[in-house]
Amino acid sequence: MSDPMEQFKVVFFEECSELLVSLEEGLMQLQSGESDSETMNAVFRAVHSIKGGAGAFGFDALVAFAHIQETLLDEMRSETIEIKPEYIDVLLQAYDILSELVGAAQRREEVDENYGTDAALAMKNIMESSNTSAPEKLQDSTDEEPQNINVRIFRISFKPFEELYQRANEPILLIRELADLGEMTLKLDTSHTPDLAEMDAELAYFAWEFRLVTEFDQDAVLEVFEFVEGDCELDIIPEELSAATETTVAIDAIDPARDNINVQNTPAAKTNSGETVVSQSIRVELDKVDRLVNMVGELVITQAMLREQGSQLLVEQYPNLVQGIEELSRHIRDLQESVMAIRAQPVKSVFSRMPRLVRELTASLGKKARLVMTGEETEVDKTVTERIGDPLMHMIRNSVDHGLESPEIRLESGKDEEGTIHLSAFHRGGRIFIEIEDDGAGINQEIVLKKAIENGLVSKDTSLSDEEINNLIFMPGFSTAESVTNVSGRGVGMDVVRKNIQSLGGRISISSKAGRGSKFTMSLPLTLAVMDGMVVEIGDEKFVLPLVNIIQTLRPAQQEVNSLPDGRNVMMFRDEYIFLVPLYDIFDVKDAIHDPCQGLVVVVEGDGGVLMGFIVDELVNQQQVVIKSLETNYELIEGVSGATILGNGRVSLIIDIATVQEMTAKQYAKPQEFVPDTERSLSQEQISMEVH
Amino acid sequence: MTTIVANDAGNDDQIREAGDINQYISFNVGKELYAVEITTVREIKGWIPTTSLPNSPEYMRGVINLRGVIVPVFDLRTRFHRGETEPGKTHVVIIVKLDERTIGILVDAVSDILTISSEEILDVPDQDVNPEYAFMEGLVAVEEKMVAIIKPKLLFDMDLMPNTEIEPVAEVA
Repeated sequence: MSDPMEQFKVVFFEECSELLVSLEEGLMQLQSGESDSETMNAVFRAVHSIKGGAGAFGFDALVAFAHIQETLLDEMRSETIEIKPEYIDVLLQAYDILSELVGAAQRREEVDENYGTDAALAMKNIMESSNTSAPEKLQDSTDEEPQNINVRIFRISFKPFEELYQRANEPILLIRELADLGEMTLKLDTSHTPDLAEMDAELAYFAWEFRLVTEFDQDAVLEVFEFVEGDCELDIIPEELSAATETTVAIDAIDPARDNINVQNTPAAKTNSGETVVSQSIRVELDKVDRLVNMVGELVITQAMLREQGSQLLVEQYPNLVQGIEELSRHIRDLQESVMAIRAQPVKSVFSRMPRLVRELTASLGKKARLVMTGEETEVDKTVTERIGDPLMHMIRNSVDHGLESPEIRLESGKDEEGTIHLSAFHRGGRIFIEIEDDGAGINQEIVLKKAIENGLVSKDTSLSDEEINNLIFMPGFSTAESVTNVSGRGVGMDVVRKNIQSLGGRISISSKAGRGSKFTMSLPLTLAVMDGMVVEIGDEKFVLPLVNIIQTLRPAQQEVNSLPDGRNVMMFRDEYIFLVPLYDIFDVKDAIHDPCQGLVVVVEGDGGVLMGFIVDELVNQQQVVIKSLETNYELIEGVSGATILGNGRVSLIIDIATVQEMTAKQYAKPQEFVPDTERSLSQEQISMEVH
Repeated sequence: MTTIVANDAGNDDQIREAGDINQYISFNVGKELYAVEITTVREIKGWIPTTSLPNSPEYMRGVINLRGVIVPVFDLRTRFHRGETEPGKTHVVIIVKLDERTIGILVDAVSDILTISSEEILDVPDQDVNPEYAFMEGLVAVEEKMVAIIKPKLLFDMDLMPNTEIEPVAEVA
């Protein structure tokens, strides 16, 4: 931290990542034709700001590249160069290189000298080829509208706010730039300037009045102030030229009218909104937020401890203390939710990368697809948004590559030749769901099964349900791509996707209809730090069950519990039989109650809405638990999603209902039969096969 | 009950030069004496009950809460196939830092802090032909008793564990 510039660099890179997002968004809008004039400006500004910052820190490679990009964008913005779709492709390439250069600068890596020269060359070519045609265009416009070249007069009043100086803008530079546009006279307004003794160096006191005689139009004048919009009071009033000096009254009458609209709309609106926006958000280092999250986590544990102690007190004896503890619990819950909200981010930041992916994929695969996105504003923890990007891209890639048919086949089967991929996000039951749905061919179960048998994932004489076949695609070492395309089939399969999602405490499931398409559903926890749990006792150990999965707790009567031939117990619950899961067995707990009629049955909902009855000794209490990782110092335990610290300071394991569901299925499955999610044993089988 | 807190440097893989003097913490398991380098030791804690984890090796006693962090505790006696420690009030857990991980080692009692020059450390006989004894850095005689200096990383590193089946140390000693 010896570099005094370090903290400014941190801010710069944070800004860069935001600018890059808006740059890509803008380019995508230009691509899809959803852009307006502001889009091009925003795109230009993003590159311009990155270049500016990079220059200040001496990132020369970045500056050099950004400069070319900026020049091209500027010419496009001023419509010297027409915006063609193929130019956008070049700009997108340039975007990739720019973000890579930013990344390299951030990592303090040296970049290869030739890196990005292709894109730079492509951009230069655009400019050169357009420059040869540009003069004609200019010629045209002068022929059509010679009046535009006429002299205009603007009265400009400019009053910078402190913020303008705080953002390191310099009025003298703006004034010089303005002076370059034509003949200018200016008057300094010192009416608000106090005596020297009363001056605060941090405040802004000066204002200027300009009278500018120029050949340029109002947009050119506005452009001078582009970067200080919102940080100053700016009025640009075109002075009506006396009709006598002009021969073309008609057109002049139109122009000022147009300009007047501009004056009222653009600067005024911007200034107003700019003022209010200023103080609405602050930039905070993630470390600080995480420290806060950790502290709140400790507070939740302390509060659980207090509550446990408090529950032993007699309310009559210590009414205030008991009430105080109750209140504390409520406040801590509110505090915890507010703190988590700080880390929450809309999934938009991830979704926004997908349209481009789809576009590139369809182009390289010769398919036609439309990506529809909904629920982009759905918020989820930052860690989740950071880590679902890759799995999501992989799944989209799969949908386009394997899911969607080629246009010809689609037409033949009576579908629109353009396929649709629907990417959506929504909240339900304390989790976030992300769905990817395509209207392609669906999973071809015959091919999947054939492939699985070929790869030795299942034996030939297995009979599998449709769902089980669909789930085969999540097996390690499984790839259905009949020919390995350069899009999919890079060796990373859906098993990696599932692993990534599971590491976030998430689940993924698939449903598919032949000829109609497939739907992947991911469900992820909203936060990775705290959850509502039910503490249960099994033997001497306490375990935590996620509250969201619990349907009901009951003690069945003897006649309600029945045994199946394979030894499993079932119980009648709401007119259906559900399996009773012996948790004491799965978690190897001694001295636990085995008879559900002596203990309790907690009915929980597992994956796919499957109900199960967990046998426990008794319920302890319901409380918020802080999720701690076992993997930090040890390793992942099957059936457990993490650990927590209870009020008594002891560690308690958080049961992962979906893996327990899989474990029970595995335990009772016949040896020959395929069971979904036998990842571990199957990979071992594979290893042994490779050995022999 | 924190009695000793060592400094931050936690590198037990340093290359030893002749004449290097290092400090070690020695402890008992039964009658045997073992030692670990002091710089890897974070603290020494009195035994507290652990929460056992399902489907883990026998010598994995479970996890404890070390000021908000979940730390696994291993039974050194069980690791050496000498049965299971019946921990009581006098037993201690040595909290050791292994690269990124923090673990606890259950031993009978802490014995001493030893200052040993690298020249005093003798090779384990047979170590060249028995790679399973690689967890021992060497042997040293202190007041006519033998102390085996161990490398906890090779005993309890989760990534190495499945492959390192270790025979009772008695055969060497």
